[in-house]
Amino acid sequence: MGINYIQPGFIVLRDQNRCIRCRVCERQCSNEVHRYDEDDNIMLADESGCVDCQRCVSLCPTHALAITENPNHLRQNANWSNQLIYENYRQAESGGMLLSAMGNPLPFPVYWDKILLNASQVTNPSIDPLREPMETRVSLGSKPKRLEIENGILKTKLPVNLQLNVPIMFSAMSYGSISKNAHESLARAATELGTYYNTGEGGLHEDFYKYGSNTIVQVASGRFGVHSGYLMAGSAIEIKMGQGAKPGIGGHLPSGKVKEDVSRTRMIPMGSDAISPAPHHDIYSIEDLRQLVYSLKEATRYTKPVFVKIAAVHNVAAIASGIARSGADVIVIDGFRGGTGAAPTRIRDNVGIPIELALAAVDQRLRDEGIRNDVSVVVAGSIRCASDAVKAIALGADACYIGTAALLALGCHLCRDCHSGKCNWGIATQRPELVKRLNPEIGYKRLVNLVSAWDHEIKEMMGGMGINAIDSLRGNRLMLRGVGINEKELQILGIKHAGE
Amino acid sequence: MLLMEGETRIPSGCAIVGLISRKGRMIPGDTAVKAIAVMHDRSNGLGGGFAGYGIYPQYKDLYAFHIFYYNQKAKEQTEEFLNSHFDIECLNNIEIRRLPNIIDEPVIMRYFVAPAQLKLKSSQLDEREFVARCVIRINSEIDGAYVFSSGKNMGVFKAVGYPEDVGEFYRLEEYQGYSWTAHGRYPTNTPGWWGGAHPFGLLDYTIVHNGEISSYDANRRFLEMYGYRCKLLTDTEVITYIFDYLNRRSGLPLEEISNIVCARFWDEIDRMPEEERRKHEAYRSVYSSLLINGPFSIILGFSGGIMALNDRLKLRSMVAAEKDDMVYVASEECAIREICPSPDRVWSPRGGEPVIARLEEGGRN
Amino acid sequence: MKKVFAIEEFCLACHLCEYNCAFSHSGMKDMVKAYKSGFQPARIQVEESGEINFALNCRHCSDPVCMKACITGSISRGEDGVIRVDTNKCVGCWTCVMTCPYGAVVRGRGDRKVALKCDLCTESGNTPACVEGCPNRALVFEERGDD
Repeated sequence: MGINYIQPGFIVLRDQNRCIRCRVCERQCSNEVHRYDEDDNIMLADESGCVDCQRCVSLCPTHALAITENPNHLRQNANWSNQLIYENYRQAESGGMLLSAMGNPLPFPVYWDKILLNASQVTNPSIDPLREPMETRVSLGSKPKRLEIENGILKTKLPVNLQLNVPIMFSAMSYGSISKNAHESLARAATELGTYYNTGEGGLHEDFYKYGSNTIVQVASGRFGVHSGYLMAGSAIEIKMGQGAKPGIGGHLPSGKVKEDVSRTRMIPMGSDAISPAPHHDIYSIEDLRQLVYSLKEATRYTKPVFVKIAAVHNVAAIASGIARSGADVIVIDGFRGGTGAAPTRIRDNVGIPIELALAAVDQRLRDEGIRNDVSVVVAGSIRCASDAVKAIALGADACYIGTAALLALGCHLCRDCHSGKCNWGIATQRPELVKRLNPEIGYKRLVNLVSAWDHEIKEMMGGMGINAIDSLRGNRLMLRGVGINEKELQILGIKHAGE
Repeated sequence: MLLMEGETRIPSGCAIVGLISRKGRMIPGDTAVKAIAVMHDRSNGLGGGFAGYGIYPQYKDLYAFHIFYYNQKAKEQTEEFLNSHFDIECLNNIEIRRLPNIIDEPVIMRYFVAPAQLKLKSSQLDEREFVARCVIRINSEIDGAYVFSSGKNMGVFKAVGYPEDVGEFYRLEEYQGYSWTAHGRYPTNTPGWWGGAHPFGLLDYTIVHNGEISSYDANRRFLEMYGYRCKLLTDTEVITYIFDYLNRRSGLPLEEISNIVCARFWDEIDRMPEEERRKHEAYRSVYSSLLINGPFSIILGFSGGIMALNDRLKLRSMVAAEKDDMVYVASEECAIREICPSPDRVWSPRGGEPVIARLEEGGRN
Repeated sequence: MKKVFAIEEFCLACHLCEYNCAFSHSGMKDMVKAYKSGFQPARIQVEESGEINFALNCRHCSDPVCMKACITGSISRGEDGVIRVDTNKCVGCWTCVMTCPYGAVVRGRGDRKVALKCDLCTESGNTPACVEGCPNRALVFEERGDD
């Protein structure tokens, strides 16, 4: 080994006065940062593997640990950040593309933080959700143009819709990219909450068929794990055309993660790389999508709504309009800040558009064409809290998908090292000794708590606006005001500036 | 700069009255004036109005357009439009009585019209849709002209002022109708514009409304998909269009419409028998954007009846009463007692529970 | 009676239960201080072999061999069913240590050369410290009927 171009990003600060040499840090670090020196009865660290996942910090019983940024800096340069320089070193060494995980961390504008909500004062009363009914139930799916009622009896046959008790679902994360215990936590939480989780493109583990009535099964370009039993097992089918974290790119589950169970669930040989092509090779145009939508509907006897998920790209509104006319029941738009288990860094950080603008454009476009009520719109790509969800719904979404937030509930500390497969929290890994660190019994309850807490907050915010059903929040942009954004942004968002 | 009505959204509180003779007996307009006058304190002098049904029996097959003109050019443009789209059978200025409290009145004209057959045919629309679109077009495209009444054998009379003055101004004692609705307005922020007063009307649908709906933009953006242009930015306008869309355009009976605009709560729906449940689930799924949220009491006037409705939490007062063939609805009981001192029955309708009163068979004028 | 049970599937072999046990029986308020003043051995031990690991402590047997074997009568069963060592009577002969089929009795160190074993933290009245501190709920304190 020659010159050390790349310095550790973090250093371990250990208070030796507090350390009791219990060695839990050592045992818990899959990156082998900590080590016990018997000669001196002291804990030592080699930070070159440290990803700041905070596992050791969280388990240290005496709070003797802290992880901090390495104070070692290259010479300051506003154009060439340390990060960029190190990335170039890394590529000079490896000759490969850079890989990253989770969502885009760069400081692009977060429009959620530039939008404020309304509340009632004097002229109409706010509603107290503890005293009055407050409804957050949503039905997702296509709706007929009108209902026919004869002598008080409904004559119209409605397409199958999904009913969500809360306007929050868990977005697609495949078994493979995340662990079986993570999947079990999501499935059980969705069941208890009366909402849905999404299998992602990794098939459905045989143990989880029993959660089918709260499962959305995904069909993506690799078609991994897709068979008729799988399609029938869920309550809805999602065709994944794109992902916000990596628009235009397929997926790659490294062979190391394709262990026995994953291989059986995905229906691919053990130890083989699972590569999802960038496009669906049977969908090169919108009419091809229509064929797949209807193939899936035929295969499931029209009992499952079909979702089509796309990444938010520049002409997302036109694409969404095409999808709405393709027979899809639900359009999912995934913004550029959405998470991933692994994506080429340059793609993740530079492709796609913010979900707020994409959503506003899609909702308005579908309304301009008079077809907004034909389909439901679900948004994903960094819905971080209840107020983000409220703002998304007021901009025009029917419901939201959460991925990263759900993983946080499971213990994720956003260290963005999922692609290594060594997740210390038992989430983005297939190593049995790491997977077992996520106890689904604990995990599912934390997810239930998180979403229930958000639901309470959503209700509280709705009540403040004088709204007692989420139906009246959807597309209600008058409840929103922008702060510190320009005329063009306001126009695209379809909202007024604060003070107007 | 103070924005005018239609340029900004103005919430307002109010008083409302509705009355109908189910046998179709003719009631002079000043009855409604008397009732609304009692609730003087619920208005602030920035708007009052009335709608009377059965008031133009001699022209009952023609659409009666009441139009405000704010300038000569608007009048010329409108009349040119009317001439090319309608046969005008009769036109006149609506007779008024000058009052010190009613000022700055626009030119107020009345036209009895029938759609020009050639235009109607070439539009490929049914007659009511054709008329509705013409009204929406005048109101949204001709600056300074505003059609505030457009139904058959009915009329809206409204102005900026207290409702009792408005009634006197329009000489309502000279009109006779089988049903009347009335409104006194308490807008919270407006220089007062005549078109913004209630009732708001489209064809023979009129709405008087007390409340501030929090679902406004959800409702508006849904309706605008179907050709409506919400120009006034008022709740009443949007509510009128909701009823027009559901009743006239979607063919749903009024009894069912209350299940949409005041959707049943989910926990109630969950307990319903299968068939009933499916219906209400369908309402909440297909027409969820037409749920009217926030506090309101409204009276819908239509040819042959009135319908009164409270928001589903009953956040606004509304009382109903019956006496022989008369049905009354008002924000406060005192308004009813003023014109009907001893009703047979007085009750307070539950939130979301409609009070619908129609002319009896053969009782129609 | 309620006992501590291990759920092997979720045991991370982090050994925190041992430290929590030792700390809890130290009678001190600060873990660092307790460590520095010399921890007694924990009354729970993590057994590790390859991928399998779990924590083991006294089973509070219905027919305890340790109690029978004790030469001074210092091991007894309380009314609550908990098997305890009376350290005033214990002479540190380690017969119990040798007879316990689970290896759940350990030898005290330092000037307290007496047998130590799990007492389910009955003195503190709390949930046993090992259960309370387990980061993955791999230890539970529950009633499962007689063994």
